[in-house]
Amino acid sequence: MTDAALAPPPPVSGEVAVQITGMNKWYGQFHVLRDIDLTVTKGERIVICGPSGSGKSTLIRCINRLEEHQSGQIVVDGTELTSNLKNVDKVRSEVGMVFQHFNLFPHLTVLENCTLAPIWVRKVPKREAEETAMHFLHKVRIPEQAHKYPGQLSGGQQQRVAIARSLCMRPKIMLFDEPTSALDPEMIKEVLDTMIELARDGMTMLCVTHEMGFAQAVANRVIFMDQGQIVEQNTPREFFNNPRSERSKLFLSQILGH
Amino acid sequence: MTIAAEPPRRAFRPSQLINDSRYRGLTIQVVALLLLAGLIAYLGHNLVVNLRALGKDFDFGFLGNRAGYDIGQTLISYTNNDTHARAALVGMLNTLLVAALGCVTATVIGVLAGVLRLSKNWLIGRLMTVYVELFRNVPLLLWIVLVHAVLSNATPIPAEFRGEGATASMVFGVIAFTAQGTFIPWPVWGEGAELLTVVLLLSILAALVWRSYARRRQMATGRPLPVLWVALAILVLPTVLAFLLLGRPVTFDVPTMRETGIARFNGGVNILNSLVALWFALALYTGAFIAEIVRGGILAVSRGQSEAAFALGLRPGRTMRLVILPQALRVIVPPLISQYLNLTKNTSLAVAVGYADLRATLGGVTMNQTGRELESILLLGLFYLVVSLVISGAMNVYNRRIALKER
Amino acid sequence: MSEIHAETVAFARDTMMPPAPPPRRETGAVRWMRENLFSGPLNIILTILAAWLLWLALRDLLPWAWRGIWQAGSASECRAIRDQLYGEGVPAACWAVVRARWRQLLFGFYPADGLWRPLLALGLFLVAVLPVLFSGAPRRLLWLSAAAPFVIVWLLWGGSLWGPVAAALGFVVGWAIWAAVARRGNAGLALLLGLGAALAWWFLLARPVAAGLASVAPLALVPVESRAFGGFTLSLVIGLAGICLSLPLGVLLALARRSELFFISKVAVAYIEVIRGVPLIVWLLVAQVVLNYFLPRGTNFDILLRVIIMVTLFSSAYIAEVIRGGLAALPSGQYEAADALGLGYWQATRLIVLPQALKISIPGIVNSFIGLFKDTTLVSIISLFDPMRISSTIRATTEWGGIYWELYVFVALVFFAFCFAMSRYSIWLERRLERSHR
Repeated sequence: MTDAALAPPPPVSGEVAVQITGMNKWYGQFHVLRDIDLTVTKGERIVICGPSGSGKSTLIRCINRLEEHQSGQIVVDGTELTSNLKNVDKVRSEVGMVFQHFNLFPHLTVLENCTLAPIWVRKVPKREAEETAMHFLHKVRIPEQAHKYPGQLSGGQQQRVAIARSLCMRPKIMLFDEPTSALDPEMIKEVLDTMIELARDGMTMLCVTHEMGFAQAVANRVIFMDQGQIVEQNTPREFFNNPRSERSKLFLSQILGH
Repeated sequence: MTIAAEPPRRAFRPSQLINDSRYRGLTIQVVALLLLAGLIAYLGHNLVVNLRALGKDFDFGFLGNRAGYDIGQTLISYTNNDTHARAALVGMLNTLLVAALGCVTATVIGVLAGVLRLSKNWLIGRLMTVYVELFRNVPLLLWIVLVHAVLSNATPIPAEFRGEGATASMVFGVIAFTAQGTFIPWPVWGEGAELLTVVLLLSILAALVWRSYARRRQMATGRPLPVLWVALAILVLPTVLAFLLLGRPVTFDVPTMRETGIARFNGGVNILNSLVALWFALALYTGAFIAEIVRGGILAVSRGQSEAAFALGLRPGRTMRLVILPQALRVIVPPLISQYLNLTKNTSLAVAVGYADLRATLGGVTMNQTGRELESILLLGLFYLVVSLVISGAMNVYNRRIALKER
Repeated sequence: MSEIHAETVAFARDTMMPPAPPPRRETGAVRWMRENLFSGPLNIILTILAAWLLWLALRDLLPWAWRGIWQAGSASECRAIRDQLYGEGVPAACWAVVRARWRQLLFGFYPADGLWRPLLALGLFLVAVLPVLFSGAPRRLLWLSAAAPFVIVWLLWGGSLWGPVAAALGFVVGWAIWAAVARRGNAGLALLLGLGAALAWWFLLARPVAAGLASVAPLALVPVESRAFGGFTLSLVIGLAGICLSLPLGVLLALARRSELFFISKVAVAYIEVIRGVPLIVWLLVAQVVLNYFLPRGTNFDILLRVIIMVTLFSSAYIAEVIRGGLAALPSGQYEAADALGLGYWQATRLIVLPQALKISIPGIVNSFIGLFKDTTLVSIISLFDPMRISSTIRATTEWGGIYWELYVFVALVFFAFCFAMSRYSIWLERRLERSHR
């Protein structure tokens, strides 16, 4: 991987960032998430992997309530996600999310994409929001694109803008939903490098991805999901070298086998 | 379903009405319902007050009164001694008549123009483009009035058809376009006509049976049977034979010019120019829109589809019938039906040429004579609404059927 | 080639062939005609048929139009000149009627010395929609777009300038209060207070303020009554007012129809289907004879305003369907991204959803406008003076009795020019949107 990958991951504090207990979710009759228990501490970097349809995206989408869970408890940074919309707003403004298809707003410039939420949700003055935005655009190394529209950028650049857009809300937790799977191979690295840098700064991250190099470089923990349940969790080293369950062995042989 | 670790239930607080996703939707809907009910109550109150001040009531009894006016073109028997309800019925049937005639004609014109617009022939393509653009971009009302003016000013009066020095002649010797209307032949049912009808229906059935038999045979053995010619023969021969054997039970009453007296046509049926004008204008106007829909539908089936069919060795005719049309129809039919809907609503422009549709009878003379504006317009609106809902309901059924096929 | 192949499979060309011209008979006009007009028996028949149709259509029409007489004071004078020039009974158009009455056809009975007002209003309108229709135009013009409606109303109907200004100030007051409260957080309260402030302004303060300003600086135009509106001015006023006013209503209806709230979406569906299921003529009839039953006793405002209200309610249902299409075209990721950033429903709608959905909808909106503009001819049936009714009025005068076709042709040509231009614009826009989406 990169130089960043060689640096040891920063230490993890003991504080709890996300606490999920006994969470279940159904789509109609289909039981997508079954009895999920998961505790994420501050500064932890978790990679979630598993075959398609295993519920991994649904799981992280529940953490900022893009999906509603039907039973169990999700507490994000001390706020429980219930039907109370104030709590939902609070959690969403503190949890950043990066999507597979970027979901940038095509009618706004890169800079406007980044300042939109700070101005309207955080009520930050425009000038201050723009300064913050430029700071993060520097961080993802595309300050010169600030006045272009998303349609004028490459996929990798768009995804980096999406990361910057989330960071502008100064989130405590970042969720990544397959951030590299819609990208051309030559653009994956630039996005992963950005994410690795973010990890080194101590951001709490939950990342659904199949980039095993990334997992080995920065993750504290790998979670393997199948059929809506957490099948195995372990340190990356142990998980890749010594998977315990049959399902994870099969999965690893399939994605690493060619 | 197991409900795990549900947080302890707290007492309901009013703030939850706004802040809780379980109640907020309900709150908004109740508020909206109250506002709407308030608006309706306000309008209703005004209505009651106004009616009382004018000394009017809300009563459909006037429909049973004598209408006392004549209607030029009727499908069912009607005299001015009939009731307003009957006059409305006449108008309703007239509306449906012109709508049906218009839809059929517009479809024929539209499909023809749409296909011809795609033709490789430069001249015909351009001509159709001009037709489509001309009719789409000029108001329908103007077309109706214009066609009516053409029919009543540019056609001969009946006297010009008479005698040796006649300046006008009948089309094919049987149809006369005159300033007073179009005279066409009308079938007269004689003795044995019922039997003839039965024979015709049976041969249609037989032709259909032959078609499905031929199809099944081909599927089973691979050998195609001739369908078109055999079906035509089944359709035509028995009917013609029966017609001759029964001694020509159906004759046509052809309009003829009277030899003496006032120049007038005897026999046949006179279609008033107002109906013809409305019918043609509606058909041409809607036909232009349908042409665009047809063209779009055919273009929407990608070129790759016909290339694939050609590459499989299908001939152009088969390619059209088996590959292009089934796909194009899916794109064409929904907007086509909404054009039928438009045409039906546009028949209400009949009043511009004095054709007695529902708008002109119930919403025109009846309303003015009785002063029952509210009741008349309510019935009028309901009629159009019901027709529209029936048509769009049919469209939804169709859409659901093709959606099913699409898996 | 075959020789080369016979000796060896390997082959390298040492001299390149220059391009050769195609065979002789395959170029030029002959080839074009062969390919485009006479490429097969069916095509030959079609060509002949088309040529015959063209001949039928133009045989009488073109000479009639070409011989047209432009200088005459009345229809009978026209006939006399025609008889003199071409002989008796030769068909010749009498364009003199257009020359004599074009002003009525375009402006109705608008005062002759005030014709600049509708023209200026139209110009102002065009400038005001520029930033909406062409994304290249400077954004600053949007301020003009906001002010334009009030200026246009003033220009058309005249009276004191301060009336429209006071009405506009109501919006400013409402917006200012909304913005001030919304900044503190509570969006619902902000909306309520803003609305209340605007209403209070309009009902309590607007009139005295307007009167006060008028006494200080009496800026006024000669008032023009609605009755004087006619011809294409009337069509444009009804059509443009209908479309512009129906936009906000249409947006709300479209949002309501897509709402997850059962009752709200059902009410929107019912409204849209009822409006679309009944022809415009019937709605105009409602405006003419029924509307007053539902208003407080004694209210009576002029028929033009009633028609505009009815047309607005009518076209809002159609606009709603167009915008619903635009909303449906937005990828769901846009809603999710807005949610994930913590934007509320109205914030997401205003900042993310509507800007994109409206842009996609513009071709559809323009098409609805074309339809509505053509439909304005229906107001002739409830005795407003649209171009069609103006032409019948002209025909009913002693000078121009018996003139049919010339007036129809003129009205048709003007409608065609407007509608054709707009439909080209909408097609152009659609193509551009398609390209930018790829």
